[in-house]
Amino acid sequence: MAELLKEELLRIEHLRKAYDNTVVLKDISLTVHKGEVIVVIGPSGCGKSTLLRCINGLEPIQGGKITLRGQEIDGNSKDIAQIRQKLGMVFQNYELFPHKTVLQNIMLAPMKVQKRPKDEVEAQAKQLLERVGLLEKKDSYPRQLSGGQKQRVAIVRALCMNPEMMLFDEVTAALDPEMVREVLDTILELAKAGGTMIIVTHEMSFAKAVSDRVLFLDGGEIVEEAVPEKFFSDPQTERAKRFLRTFEYDAVKHHDI
Amino acid sequence: MQEYLPLFADAMLLTLFIGWIGVIISVVLGLIAAFIQYFKIPVLRQIIKVYIELFRNTPLLIQLFFLYFALPKIGLSMSPQVCGALGLGLLGGSYMAEAFRSGLESVDKIQSESALSLGMTKFQALRYIILPQAISTSMPAFVANIIFLLKETSVFSAISLMDLMFTAKDLIGLYYKTAECLVMLVVFYLIILLPVSIVGSIIERRLRYASFGD
Ligand SMILES: Nc1ncnc2c1ncn2[C@@H]1O[C@H](COP(=O)(O)OP(=O)(O)OP(=O)(O)O)[C@@H](O)[C@H]1O
Ligand SMILES: [Mg+2]
Repeated sequence: MAELLKEELLRIEHLRKAYDNTVVLKDISLTVHKGEVIVVIGPSGCGKSTLLRCINGLEPIQGGKITLRGQEIDGNSKDIAQIRQKLGMVFQNYELFPHKTVLQNIMLAPMKVQKRPKDEVEAQAKQLLERVGLLEKKDSYPRQLSGGQKQRVAIVRALCMNPEMMLFDEVTAALDPEMVREVLDTILELAKAGGTMIIVTHEMSFAKAVSDRVLFLDGGEIVEEAVPEKFFSDPQTERAKRFLRTFEYDAVKHHDI
Repeated sequence: MQEYLPLFADAMLLTLFIGWIGVIISVVLGLIAAFIQYFKIPVLRQIIKVYIELFRNTPLLIQLFFLYFALPKIGLSMSPQVCGALGLGLLGGSYMAEAFRSGLESVDKIQSESALSLGMTKFQALRYIILPQAISTSMPAFVANIIFLLKETSVFSAISLMDLMFTAKDLIGLYYKTAECLVMLVVFYLIILLPVSIVGSIIERRLRYASFGD
Protein backbone atom coordinates (compact mmCIF):
# COMPACT_ATOMS: atom_id res chain seq x y z
CA MET A 1 0.00 0.00 0.00
CA ALA A 2 2.79 2.35 0.98
CA GLU A 3 4.25 1.84 -2.46
CA LEU A 4 1.31 3.50 -4.09
CA LEU A 5 2.17 6.72 -2.39
CA LYS A 6 5.72 6.61 -3.54
CA GLU A 7 7.07 8.38 -6.53
CA GLU A 8 7.61 6.27 -9.62
CA LEU A 9 11.16 6.42 -10.91
CA LEU A 10 11.75 3.79 -13.53
CA ARG A 11 9.21 2.11 -15.76
CA ILE A 12 9.89 -0.72 -18.16
CA GLU A 13 7.07 -1.75 -20.48
CA HIS A 14 7.18 -4.89 -22.61
CA LEU A 15 10.91 -4.69 -23.15
CA ARG A 16 12.22 -6.97 -25.88
CA LYS A 17 15.89 -7.40 -26.58
CA ALA A 18 17.52 -9.69 -29.14
CA TYR A 19 21.03 -10.21 -30.44
CA ASP A 20 20.58 -10.99 -34.12
CA ASN A 21 18.12 -13.86 -33.95
CA THR A 22 18.46 -14.89 -30.32
CA VAL A 23 15.90 -13.25 -28.10
CA VAL A 24 17.47 -12.50 -24.73
CA LEU A 25 14.69 -10.52 -23.04
CA LYS A 26 11.18 -11.43 -24.10
CA ASP A 27 8.59 -9.25 -22.49
CA ILE A 28 9.87 -7.52 -19.40
CA SER A 29 7.70 -5.06 -17.52
CA LEU A 30 8.80 -3.53 -14.26
CA THR A 31 8.17 -0.42 -12.23
CA VAL A 32 10.62 0.85 -9.64
CA HIS A 33 9.61 3.44 -7.06
CA LYS A 34 11.82 5.83 -5.24
CA GLY A 35 13.63 4.16 -2.35
CA GLU A 36 12.91 0.64 -3.55
CA VAL A 37 15.56 -2.05 -3.65
CA ILE A 38 14.97 -4.66 -6.35
CA VAL A 39 17.10 -7.77 -6.51
CA VAL A 40 17.28 -9.68 -9.77
CA ILE A 41 18.36 -13.30 -9.64
CA GLY A 42 18.41 -16.08 -12.15
CA PRO A 43 20.65 -18.65 -13.81
CA SER A 44 23.70 -17.65 -15.80
CA GLY A 45 22.87 -16.35 -19.27
CA CYS A 46 19.23 -15.56 -18.46
CA GLY A 47 19.68 -11.90 -19.38
CA LYS A 48 20.33 -10.11 -16.07
CA SER A 49 23.29 -8.08 -17.31
CA THR A 50 21.49 -7.36 -20.54
CA LEU A 51 18.54 -5.96 -18.59
CA LEU A 52 20.78 -3.53 -16.67
CA ARG A 53 22.61 -2.56 -19.85
CA CYS A 54 19.29 -1.79 -21.53
CA ILE A 55 18.25 0.37 -18.59
CA ASN A 56 21.48 2.31 -19.01
CA GLY A 57 20.97 2.72 -22.75
CA LEU A 58 24.08 0.72 -23.54
CA GLU A 59 22.13 -1.74 -25.70
CA PRO A 60 19.65 -0.96 -28.47
CA ILE A 61 16.28 -2.56 -27.76
CA GLN A 62 13.95 -4.23 -30.22
CA GLY A 63 10.67 -3.50 -28.57
CA GLY A 64 8.94 -1.88 -25.63
CA LYS A 65 9.92 1.20 -23.75
CA ILE A 66 12.06 2.20 -20.80
CA THR A 67 11.51 5.53 -19.08
CA LEU A 68 13.12 7.29 -16.15
CA ARG A 69 10.75 9.84 -14.64
CA GLY A 70 8.85 9.76 -17.89
CA GLN A 71 11.91 10.45 -20.00
CA GLU A 72 12.56 7.74 -22.58
CA ILE A 73 15.90 5.95 -22.40
CA ASP A 74 17.37 5.47 -25.85
CA GLY A 75 21.09 5.00 -26.43
CA ASN A 76 20.95 7.09 -29.59
CA SER A 77 19.02 10.08 -28.30
CA LYS A 78 20.88 13.23 -27.51
CA ASP A 79 19.54 13.27 -23.95
CA ILE A 80 21.10 9.93 -23.10
CA ALA A 81 24.22 11.38 -21.45
CA GLN A 82 22.03 13.52 -19.23
CA ILE A 83 19.80 10.57 -18.28
CA ARG A 84 22.80 8.36 -17.54
CA GLN A 85 23.97 10.88 -14.95
CA LYS A 86 20.93 9.87 -12.94
CA LEU A 87 21.75 6.16 -13.20
CA GLY A 88 24.84 4.97 -11.36
CA MET A 89 26.13 1.74 -12.84
CA VAL A 90 28.62 -0.58 -11.19
CA PHE A 91 30.14 -3.38 -13.26
CA GLN A 92 31.28 -6.85 -12.30
CA ASN A 93 34.93 -6.08 -13.08
CA TYR A 94 34.97 -2.58 -11.55
CA GLU A 95 36.06 -0.86 -14.79
CA LEU A 96 38.02 1.81 -12.99
CA PHE A 97 40.16 3.93 -15.28
CA PRO A 98 43.68 2.47 -14.90
CA HIS A 99 45.46 5.68 -15.88
CA LYS A 100 43.81 7.75 -13.16
CA THR A 101 44.18 7.74 -9.40
CA VAL A 102 41.29 6.86 -7.12
CA LEU A 103 40.40 10.51 -6.59
CA GLN A 104 40.72 11.32 -10.31
CA ASN A 105 38.52 8.34 -11.15
CA ILE A 106 35.83 9.69 -8.86
CA MET A 107 36.13 13.37 -9.73
CA LEU A 108 36.41 13.16 -13.51
CA ALA A 109 32.73 12.87 -14.42
CA PRO A 110 31.32 15.26 -11.78
CA MET A 111 33.75 17.91 -13.03
CA LYS A 112 33.71 17.31 -16.78
CA VAL A 113 30.13 16.14 -17.19
CA GLN A 114 28.27 18.00 -14.45
CA LYS A 115 30.67 20.95 -14.52
CA ARG A 116 30.68 21.16 -10.75
CA PRO A 117 33.42 23.13 -9.00
CA LYS A 118 36.52 21.14 -8.11
CA ASP A 119 36.50 21.99 -4.40
CA GLU A 120 32.95 20.84 -3.93
CA VAL A 121 33.50 17.61 -5.84
CA GLU A 122 36.70 16.86 -4.00
CA ALA A 123 35.05 17.39 -0.65
CA GLN A 124 32.24 15.02 -1.57
CA ALA A 125 34.63 12.45 -3.03
CA LYS A 126 36.71 12.44 0.14
CA GLN A 127 33.67 12.18 2.33
CA LEU A 128 32.37 9.20 0.33
CA LEU A 129 35.80 7.54 0.41
CA GLU A 130 35.87 8.04 4.15
CA ARG A 131 32.51 6.35 4.41
CA VAL A 132 33.79 3.22 2.67
CA GLY A 133 37.05 3.34 4.60
CA LEU A 134 39.30 4.16 1.66
CA LEU A 135 40.28 7.77 2.21
CA GLU A 136 43.96 6.90 2.64
CA LYS A 137 43.91 5.29 -0.83
CA LYS A 138 42.82 8.46 -2.60
CA ASP A 139 46.10 8.89 -4.47
CA SER A 140 46.61 5.22 -5.33
CA TYR A 141 46.22 3.84 -8.81
CA PRO A 142 43.59 1.11 -9.33
CA ARG A 143 46.23 -1.57 -9.81
CA GLN A 144 47.51 -0.91 -6.33
CA LEU A 145 44.15 -1.85 -4.81
CA SER A 146 42.57 -5.18 -3.94
CA GLY A 147 39.46 -6.29 -5.79
CA GLY A 148 37.20 -5.33 -2.91
CA GLN A 149 38.79 -1.91 -2.65
CA LYS A 150 38.45 -1.36 -6.40
CA GLN A 151 34.80 -2.25 -6.27
CA ARG A 152 34.14 0.15 -3.40
CA VAL A 153 35.89 2.90 -5.37
CA ALA A 154 33.70 2.07 -8.36
CA ILE A 155 30.63 2.42 -6.14
CA VAL A 156 31.86 5.75 -4.79
CA ARG A 157 32.60 6.91 -8.33
CA ALA A 158 28.99 6.25 -9.32
CA LEU A 159 27.63 7.80 -6.10
CA CYS A 160 29.60 11.00 -6.55
CA MET A 161 27.34 11.84 -9.50
CA ASN A 162 24.43 11.92 -7.03
CA PRO A 163 22.39 9.49 -9.13
CA GLU A 164 18.72 8.87 -8.48
CA MET A 165 19.16 5.17 -8.87
CA MET A 166 21.99 2.64 -8.73
CA LEU A 167 22.42 -0.44 -10.91
CA PHE A 168 24.70 -3.17 -9.57
CA ASP A 169 25.68 -6.02 -11.87
CA GLU A 170 27.09 -8.94 -9.88
CA VAL A 171 29.51 -6.60 -8.22
CA THR A 172 30.97 -9.31 -5.98
CA ALA A 173 31.25 -12.07 -8.57
CA ALA A 174 34.91 -11.35 -9.29
CA LEU A 175 35.91 -11.05 -5.63
CA ASP A 176 37.58 -13.41 -3.20
CA PRO A 177 35.14 -14.53 -0.49
CA GLU A 178 36.69 -12.42 2.25
CA MET A 179 36.19 -9.26 0.18
CA VAL A 180 32.59 -9.92 -0.71
CA ARG A 181 31.44 -8.79 2.71
CA GLU A 182 33.01 -5.32 2.61
CA VAL A 183 31.35 -4.56 -0.71
CA LEU A 184 27.94 -5.94 0.27
CA ASP A 185 28.06 -3.97 3.52
CA THR A 186 28.60 -0.82 1.49
CA ILE A 187 25.51 -1.59 -0.57
CA LEU A 188 23.48 -2.42 2.54
CA GLU A 189 24.42 0.98 3.96
CA LEU A 190 23.15 2.65 0.81
CA ALA A 191 19.90 0.72 0.99
CA LYS A 192 19.46 1.71 4.62
CA ALA A 193 19.98 5.34 3.64
CA GLY A 194 17.02 5.06 1.29
CA GLY A 195 18.80 4.62 -2.03
CA THR A 196 16.88 3.27 -4.99
CA MET A 197 18.61 0.36 -6.67
CA ILE A 198 18.45 -2.68 -8.87
CA ILE A 199 20.90 -5.34 -7.79
CA VAL A 200 21.88 -8.41 -9.78
CA THR A 201 23.50 -10.92 -7.47
CA HIS A 202 24.18 -14.55 -6.73
CA GLU A 203 24.51 -13.90 -2.98
CA MET A 204 21.23 -15.28 -1.71
CA SER A 205 21.44 -14.28 1.93
CA PHE A 206 22.41 -10.78 0.90
CA ALA A 207 19.50 -10.68 -1.52
CA LYS A 208 17.17 -11.71 1.26
CA ALA A 209 18.51 -9.03 3.58
CA VAL A 210 18.63 -6.10 1.20
CA SER A 211 15.67 -6.40 -1.12
CA ASP A 212 12.14 -5.09 -1.02
CA ARG A 213 11.26 -7.21 -4.02
CA VAL A 214 12.90 -10.15 -5.76
CA LEU A 215 12.64 -10.75 -9.47
CA PHE A 216 13.45 -14.22 -10.69
CA LEU A 217 14.51 -14.08 -14.32
CA ASP A 218 14.78 -17.19 -16.47
CA GLY A 219 14.80 -17.64 -20.21
CA GLY A 220 14.49 -13.92 -20.75
CA GLU A 221 11.30 -13.40 -18.79
CA ILE A 222 10.28 -12.60 -15.24
CA VAL A 223 9.16 -15.96 -13.98
CA GLU A 224 8.43 -14.94 -10.43
CA GLU A 225 8.21 -11.68 -8.53
CA ALA A 226 7.73 -11.56 -4.78
CA VAL A 227 8.84 -10.05 -1.49
CA PRO A 228 12.01 -11.81 -0.30
CA GLU A 229 10.43 -13.49 2.72
CA LYS A 230 7.97 -15.21 0.44
CA PHE A 231 10.28 -15.90 -2.47
CA PHE A 232 13.02 -17.60 -0.49
CA SER A 233 10.79 -19.63 1.85
CA ASP A 234 7.95 -20.44 -0.47
CA PRO A 235 8.69 -20.00 -4.17
CA GLN A 236 5.61 -20.47 -6.31
CA THR A 237 7.10 -21.72 -9.55
CA GLU A 238 8.89 -24.97 -10.23
CA ARG A 239 11.70 -23.12 -12.01
CA ALA A 240 12.39 -20.90 -9.02
CA LYS A 241 12.38 -23.89 -6.71
CA ARG A 242 14.87 -25.69 -8.89
CA PHE A 243 17.07 -22.59 -9.09
CA LEU A 244 17.10 -22.09 -5.33
CA ARG A 245 18.01 -25.74 -4.80
CA THR A 246 21.24 -25.21 -6.78
CA PHE A 247 22.51 -23.19 -3.83
CA GLU A 248 22.12 -26.11 -1.43
CA TYR A 249 24.46 -29.01 -1.08
CA ASP A 250 23.72 -32.52 0.04
CA ALA A 251 26.15 -34.13 2.43
CA VAL A 252 28.28 -36.75 0.75
CA LYS A 253 30.64 -37.53 3.60
CA HIS A 254 31.33 -41.13 4.46
CA HIS A 255 31.35 -41.68 8.16
CA ASP A 256 32.44 -45.26 8.20
CA ILE A 257 35.95 -45.11 6.85
CA MET B 1 89.46 12.85 -42.70
CA GLN B 2 88.73 16.05 -40.83
CA GLU B 3 88.28 18.06 -43.99
CA TYR B 4 85.27 15.93 -44.88
CA LEU B 5 83.50 16.54 -41.59
CA PRO B 6 81.56 19.56 -42.89
CA LEU B 7 80.37 17.45 -45.82
CA PHE B 8 79.08 14.81 -43.44
CA ALA B 9 77.55 17.44 -41.20
CA ASP B 10 75.67 18.98 -44.12
CA ALA B 11 74.51 15.57 -45.23
CA MET B 12 73.34 14.79 -41.71
CA LEU B 13 71.29 17.98 -41.57
CA LEU B 14 69.64 17.10 -44.86
CA THR B 15 68.94 13.56 -43.65
CA LEU B 16 67.54 14.88 -40.39
CA PHE B 17 65.42 17.51 -42.07
CA ILE B 18 63.82 15.27 -44.65
CA GLY B 19 63.66 12.37 -42.22
CA TRP B 20 61.72 14.31 -39.62
CA ILE B 21 59.37 15.87 -42.16
CA GLY B 22 58.71 12.32 -43.32
CA VAL B 23 58.03 11.29 -39.72
CA ILE B 24 55.57 14.14 -39.23
CA ILE B 25 53.72 13.22 -42.42
CA SER B 26 53.63 9.61 -41.27
CA VAL B 27 52.14 10.54 -37.89
CA VAL B 28 49.39 12.61 -39.49
CA LEU B 29 48.60 9.89 -42.03
CA GLY B 30 48.81 7.21 -39.38
CA LEU B 31 46.38 9.00 -37.06
CA ILE B 32 43.86 9.57 -39.84
CA ALA B 33 44.15 5.96 -41.00
CA ALA B 34 43.88 4.59 -37.45
CA PHE B 35 40.74 6.60 -36.65
CA ILE B 36 39.10 5.60 -39.91
CA GLN B 37 39.71 1.95 -39.05
CA TYR B 38 38.75 2.33 -35.38
CA PHE B 39 35.45 3.98 -36.20
CA LYS B 40 34.91 1.56 -39.09
CA ILE B 41 34.05 4.32 -41.54
CA PRO B 42 32.73 2.55 -44.64
CA VAL B 43 34.55 2.78 -47.98
CA LEU B 44 37.38 4.87 -46.55
CA ARG B 45 38.18 1.92 -44.35
CA GLN B 46 38.71 -0.36 -47.36
CA ILE B 47 40.85 2.25 -49.07
CA ILE B 48 43.02 2.56 -45.95
CA LYS B 49 43.38 -1.20 -45.76
CA VAL B 50 44.71 -1.33 -49.33
CA TYR B 51 47.03 1.60 -48.66
CA ILE B 52 48.49 -0.03 -45.55
CA GLU B 53 49.07 -3.40 -47.20
CA LEU B 54 50.54 -1.78 -50.29
CA PHE B 55 53.05 0.38 -48.48
CA ARG B 56 53.97 -2.02 -45.73
CA ASN B 57 54.77 -4.75 -48.19
CA THR B 58 56.92 -2.92 -50.74
CA PRO B 59 60.45 -1.58 -50.22
CA LEU B 60 60.92 2.15 -49.75
CA LEU B 61 63.43 2.17 -52.60
CA ILE B 62 60.77 1.06 -55.06
CA GLN B 63 58.24 3.54 -53.66
CA LEU B 64 60.79 6.32 -54.13
CA PHE B 65 61.53 5.20 -57.70
CA PHE B 66 57.82 5.41 -58.40
CA LEU B 67 57.55 8.92 -57.00
CA TYR B 68 60.74 10.15 -58.61
CA PHE B 69 60.92 8.37 -61.96
CA ALA B 70 57.43 7.12 -62.78
CA LEU B 71 55.18 10.00 -61.70
CA PRO B 72 56.92 12.55 -63.96
CA LYS B 73 55.85 10.35 -66.89
CA ILE B 74 52.26 11.30 -66.08
CA GLY B 75 53.24 14.89 -65.61
CA LEU B 76 53.78 14.92 -61.84
CA SER B 77 57.37 15.75 -61.14
CA MET B 78 58.67 16.62 -57.70
CA SER B 79 62.07 17.56 -56.37
CA PRO B 80 64.11 14.77 -54.77
CA GLN B 81 63.57 16.44 -51.37
CA VAL B 82 59.80 16.34 -51.72
CA CYS B 83 59.93 12.80 -53.05
CA GLY B 84 62.07 11.71 -50.13
CA ALA B 85 59.85 13.25 -47.44
CA LEU B 86 56.65 12.12 -49.12
CA GLY B 87 57.91 8.61 -49.77
CA LEU B 88 59.03 8.25 -46.18
CA GLY B 89 55.75 9.72 -44.95
CA LEU B 90 53.67 7.30 -47.01
CA LEU B 91 55.67 4.31 -45.88
CA GLY B 92 55.66 5.52 -42.28
CA GLY B 93 51.94 6.27 -42.35
CA SER B 94 51.20 2.61 -42.99
CA TYR B 95 53.34 1.56 -40.03
CA MET B 96 52.06 4.31 -37.73
CA ALA B 97 48.46 3.43 -38.63
CA GLU B 98 48.97 -0.08 -37.34
CA ALA B 99 50.66 1.15 -34.15
CA PHE B 100 47.88 3.64 -33.34
CA ARG B 101 45.10 1.24 -34.31
CA SER B 102 46.37 -1.52 -32.08
CA GLY B 103 46.74 1.02 -29.27
CA LEU B 104 43.12 2.10 -29.68
CA GLU B 105 41.91 -1.47 -29.89
CA SER B 106 43.84 -2.47 -26.79
CA VAL B 107 41.39 -0.43 -24.69
CA ASP B 108 38.43 -2.64 -23.83
CA LYS B 109 35.01 -1.58 -25.05
CA ILE B 110 33.69 -1.77 -21.51
CA GLN B 111 36.09 1.02 -20.46
CA SER B 112 34.27 3.33 -22.77
CA GLU B 113 30.90 1.99 -21.59
CA SER B 114 32.01 2.69 -18.06
CA ALA B 115 32.73 6.28 -19.09
CA LEU B 116 29.41 6.55 -20.93
CA SER B 117 27.55 5.21 -17.90
CA LEU B 118 28.94 8.17 -15.95
CA GLY B 119 27.21 10.48 -18.39
CA MET B 120 30.17 11.26 -20.59
CA THR B 121 29.59 11.88 -24.28
CA LYS B 122 31.34 9.61 -26.79
CA PHE B 123 33.82 12.39 -27.43
CA GLN B 124 34.58 12.81 -23.72
CA ALA B 125 35.04 9.06 -23.34
CA LEU B 126 37.47 9.10 -26.25
CA ARG B 127 39.38 12.08 -24.94
CA TYR B 128 39.65 11.28 -21.25
CA ILE B 129 39.53 7.49 -21.18
CA ILE B 130 40.42 5.81 -24.46
CA LEU B 131 43.08 8.05 -25.99
CA PRO B 132 45.34 8.36 -22.94
CA GLN B 133 45.43 4.59 -22.57
CA ALA B 134 45.83 4.02 -26.31
CA ILE B 135 48.72 6.47 -26.55
CA SER B 136 50.76 4.86 -23.83
CA THR B 137 50.11 1.40 -25.26
CA SER B 138 51.21 2.42 -28.73
CA MET B 139 54.26 4.36 -27.53
CA PRO B 140 56.86 1.56 -27.91
CA ALA B 141 55.73 0.80 -31.46
CA PHE B 142 55.63 4.53 -32.19
CA VAL B 143 59.25 5.06 -31.11
CA ALA B 144 60.40 1.93 -32.96
CA ASN B 145 58.71 3.26 -36.10
CA ILE B 146 60.47 6.62 -35.85
CA ILE B 147 63.84 4.90 -35.56
CA PHE B 148 62.98 2.59 -38.44
CA LEU B 149 61.97 5.53 -40.64
CA LEU B 150 65.08 7.55 -39.86
CA LYS B 151 67.19 4.54 -40.78
CA GLU B 152 65.28 4.12 -44.02
CA THR B 153 66.58 7.53 -45.11
CA SER B 154 69.74 5.69 -46.15
CA VAL B 155 68.11 4.83 -49.48
CA PHE B 156 67.57 8.49 -50.34
CA SER B 157 70.83 8.57 -52.30
CA ALA B 158 69.09 6.50 -54.95
CA ILE B 159 67.06 9.54 -55.96
CA SER B 160 70.20 11.73 -55.88
CA LEU B 161 69.59 13.33 -52.49
CA MET B 162 72.92 14.27 -50.95
CA ASP B 163 72.28 12.48 -47.70
CA LEU B 164 74.81 10.69 -45.49
CA MET B 165 74.91 7.57 -47.64
CA PHE B 166 75.36 9.61 -50.79
CA THR B 167 78.23 11.56 -49.26
CA ALA B 168 79.98 8.47 -48.00
CA LYS B 169 79.68 6.69 -51.34
CA ASP B 170 80.89 9.80 -53.10
CA LEU B 171 83.97 10.15 -50.92
CA ILE B 172 84.76 6.47 -51.18
CA GLY B 173 84.52 6.72 -54.94
CA LEU B 174 86.82 9.73 -55.06
CA TYR B 175 89.45 8.87 -52.45
CA TYR B 176 89.09 5.16 -51.67
CA LYS B 177 89.02 5.84 -47.92
CA THR B 178 86.45 3.13 -47.49
CA ALA B 179 87.00 2.26 -43.83
CA GLU B 180 87.14 5.86 -42.61
CA CYS B 181 84.06 6.83 -44.52
CA LEU B 182 82.08 3.86 -43.24
CA VAL B 183 83.06 4.66 -39.67
CA MET B 184 81.93 8.26 -40.21
CA LEU B 185 78.66 6.95 -41.59
CA VAL B 186 78.05 4.84 -38.52
CA VAL B 187 78.97 7.71 -36.19
CA PHE B 188 76.64 10.15 -37.88
CA TYR B 189 73.74 7.71 -37.92
CA LEU B 190 74.30 7.13 -34.24
CA ILE B 191 74.23 10.89 -33.65
CA ILE B 192 70.84 10.97 -35.34
CA LEU B 193 69.32 7.90 -33.75
CA LEU B 194 70.69 7.56 -30.24
CA PRO B 195 68.89 10.66 -28.92
CA VAL B 196 65.61 9.40 -30.39
CA SER B 197 66.12 6.06 -28.75
CA ILE B 198 67.02 7.53 -25.37
CA VAL B 199 64.30 10.17 -25.31
CA GLY B 200 61.85 7.54 -26.53
CA SER B 201 62.52 5.16 -23.68
CA ILE B 202 62.30 7.95 -21.12
CA ILE B 203 58.92 9.01 -22.49
CA GLU B 204 57.75 5.41 -22.53
CA ARG B 205 58.61 4.99 -18.89
CA ARG B 206 57.00 8.30 -17.89
CA LEU B 207 53.83 7.51 -19.78
CA ARG B 208 53.60 4.05 -18.31
CA TYR B 209 53.89 5.53 -14.87
CA ALA B 210 51.30 8.20 -15.53
CA SER B 211 49.04 5.66 -17.15
CA PHE B 212 49.21 2.67 -14.96
CA GLY B 213 51.06 3.74 -11.85
CA ASP B 214 54.18 1.62 -12.16
N1 LIG C 1 26.97 -9.02 -27.35
C1 LIG C 1 26.26 -10.16 -27.39
N2 LIG C 1 26.01 -10.77 -28.57
C2 LIG C 1 25.29 -11.90 -28.62
N3 LIG C 1 24.76 -12.50 -27.56
C3 LIG C 1 24.95 -11.95 -26.37
C4 LIG C 1 25.71 -10.75 -26.20
N4 LIG C 1 25.73 -10.43 -24.90
C5 LIG C 1 25.04 -11.40 -24.27
N5 LIG C 1 24.56 -12.30 -25.14
C6 LIG C 1 23.72 -13.47 -24.81
O1 LIG C 1 22.60 -13.00 -24.10
C7 LIG C 1 22.26 -13.89 -23.07
C8 LIG C 1 22.13 -13.12 -21.76
O2 LIG C 1 23.38 -12.61 -21.38
P1 LIG C 1 23.59 -11.84 -20.03
O3 LIG C 1 25.02 -11.45 -19.98
O4 LIG C 1 22.59 -10.78 -19.91
O5 LIG C 1 23.30 -12.99 -18.98
P2 LIG C 1 23.41 -12.92 -17.39
O6 LIG C 1 22.10 -13.28 -16.87
O7 LIG C 1 23.98 -11.60 -16.98
O8 LIG C 1 24.43 -14.09 -17.09
P3 LIG C 1 25.57 -14.17 -15.96
O9 LIG C 1 24.88 -14.55 -14.70
O10 LIG C 1 26.46 -15.28 -16.45
O11 LIG C 1 26.25 -12.87 -15.90
C9 LIG C 1 23.33 -14.95 -23.03
O12 LIG C 1 22.80 -16.11 -23.60
C10 LIG C 1 24.42 -14.42 -23.88
O13 LIG C 1 25.05 -15.44 -24.57
MG1 LIG D 1 25.83 -10.99 -16.12
